[in-house]
Amino acid sequence: MLAFIARRLVYMISTLVLISFVGFLIINLPPGSYIDVFQAQRQLQGTHTAEAELEALKRRYGLDKPVPVQYWIWVRGFVRGDFGRSFEFNREVSELIWERLGFTVAIATGSLLFIWLVAIPIGIYTATHQYKLGDNVATIVGMAGLSIPDFMLALVLMVVIQRLFGFTVGGLFSREYVDAPWSLAKVIDLVKHLWVPIVVVGTSGTAGLMRIMRGNLLDILNMQYVQAARARGLREATVVVKHAVRNAIHPLIMLLGMSLPTIISGSLIVSIVLGLPTTGPLYFNALRQQDMYLAGTFLMFLAFMLVLGNFLADILLGLIDPRIRYE
Amino acid sequence: MADRTETILEVRNLHTHFHTESGVVRALEGVDFTLNRGQVLGVVGESGCGKSVTAQCIMNMVPSRGRIVDGSVIYHQRNGQGTEAVEITALPPKSREMRRIRGNEIAMIFQEPMTSLDPLYTVGNQLLEAINLHQDVDRTEARALAVHSLDRVQLPEPERVFASYPHQLSGGQRQRVMIAIALSCNPTLLIADEPTTALDVTTQAQILSLMRDLQDETHMSIIFITHDLGVVAEMCDEVAVMYLGKVVEQTDIDTTFYSPRHPYTQALLRSIPRLDDDQGRRLEVIAGSVPDPSSIPSGCRFHPRCPDFVTGVCEQREPVLIRIDEDHQVRCHLYDETASSQPGTQP
Repeated sequence: MLAFIARRLVYMISTLVLISFVGFLIINLPPGSYIDVFQAQRQLQGTHTAEAELEALKRRYGLDKPVPVQYWIWVRGFVRGDFGRSFEFNREVSELIWERLGFTVAIATGSLLFIWLVAIPIGIYTATHQYKLGDNVATIVGMAGLSIPDFMLALVLMVVIQRLFGFTVGGLFSREYVDAPWSLAKVIDLVKHLWVPIVVVGTSGTAGLMRIMRGNLLDILNMQYVQAARARGLREATVVVKHAVRNAIHPLIMLLGMSLPTIISGSLIVSIVLGLPTTGPLYFNALRQQDMYLAGTFLMFLAFMLVLGNFLADILLGLIDPRIRYE
Repeated sequence: MADRTETILEVRNLHTHFHTESGVVRALEGVDFTLNRGQVLGVVGESGCGKSVTAQCIMNMVPSRGRIVDGSVIYHQRNGQGTEAVEITALPPKSREMRRIRGNEIAMIFQEPMTSLDPLYTVGNQLLEAINLHQDVDRTEARALAVHSLDRVQLPEPERVFASYPHQLSGGQRQRVMIAIALSCNPTLLIADEPTTALDVTTQAQILSLMRDLQDETHMSIIFITHDLGVVAEMCDEVAVMYLGKVVEQTDIDTTFYSPRHPYTQALLRSIPRLDDDQGRRLEVIAGSVPDPSSIPSGCRFHPRCPDFVTGVCEQREPVLIRIDEDHQVRCHLYDETASSQPGTQP
């Protein structure tokens, strides 16, 4: 198992190195150097940039040095948490991302948990009760959940909740709590707001995952080892959980690995519609404004999360399946 | 010592249907046979004739779309002094009573050894599952029993096999493991659903001789499902021949091979290649092919392919099982003295 993890780790690191080339390339893709853009922007705002400040920036990014050295400086900074500056906000990228990361992660892990806790049991139920009433109902509801776009659901929920219950659900806090210091009341207010994005993002994810779980489990339930386990006299629940579900869970773990980047990107459209202070809208803006250090950092993060997700999924699969472990 | 005249299993007029999107598939339409304690019964027939479904019915493990619509399976369970008749088909499939029979009284081994062990658990884990379920033993005893049962099926290094995952074993080894699991709780009846079909000839011979040895040793009854008459000749005491969901003939092994009555059994035997045959003679085949289960012929199901077809009888009335002697039943109009135009003669 250790050799298996070590091998995966080597793959992961080499992929990350490759990705860093692409990330650097993208940051340097816009015409003109960073300094030119910075200067032009300052001029647009009517302020003059001091020579000394420009010099400092040049030194920081090694802009007078050859490209490989620039790359090295950038990578070194990146590893230490120096992601460069955002032109749009004229602030450090790390600060910008950091202040939004908490809520993003909270919403994303909340909806991932919601999806898994709801989808897996329903998927198991529908597979073991194929074509029975419960399965048909779950299928119809699932199809509806899958086909309603999440931003639409977000809008409908906002309107309905406002009309029926009289409180706004946009954002993460009511107006009076936005700048208030943390208190129990503020936390309660947060929870009141948090469930909406979680349900919205969770609905379509749940529907999809439920169908995948059902399909896989139906395949596995027809396998001979499931019949053989039943023929041993095992309880049906043991047959399903121990022998069928564990075999059917592989693709879901791969999916979970793939969905790790959403923890950072957040659910973009839903976040914009609901006005959530997550990193999703920030990323979207950075791309629109060619805010290259911000955008590049996001790209790197997303790629990193994807690679990390796959790495974790590989390890999980290795733990579950001896055939992968001993490959 | 087993009493070979004592019935252990009766299958009576079993009808099992599958409800699919394209209509009802009548998989079993009258399966009758009896099995005595300590006997090996071969169930033979072409693919799709309902052999495996019969096995599933006996285990009360019919897939969810299937339903036993008529008939019964009665298992005579030994308890203390006498026997008690348990109607398996009347028990709910997931009930405790049924689970106590499965794996404990009646065990089963399957066609595909490559897929009949769960790839995620060690052999030992799956073997202990059965042992812990049906036997009142502590952990060390259970483990000793498990290793012993691997040893019993002549697996070298049983300790190593115990700790192995299925993918580390060959097909023949896996089938031995399946047999070890099936026999770990000393069942009185073993259902073997084509246990050697997926194995190469050498391994097949080894597995058959192993089963033969184990049967001699334990005197368990075996239902041996196969389409291979050579295997039947080697293994069985009794033979039930199935055609399209019905048992058409049941008798002992010698009668089956030397004086079969049903035209289908006769045709099957003629289509076996023989080493001592005249060179250059073409192998006989049964005319036509097995009809689709959704368009079953009227009257006797075999009549379109039957060389002894009697016009006006065979395509109109379904034959019933006729008892020719104490141990020979056949489902054919040729032997029906009350109705047939050709009473009781052998064709």
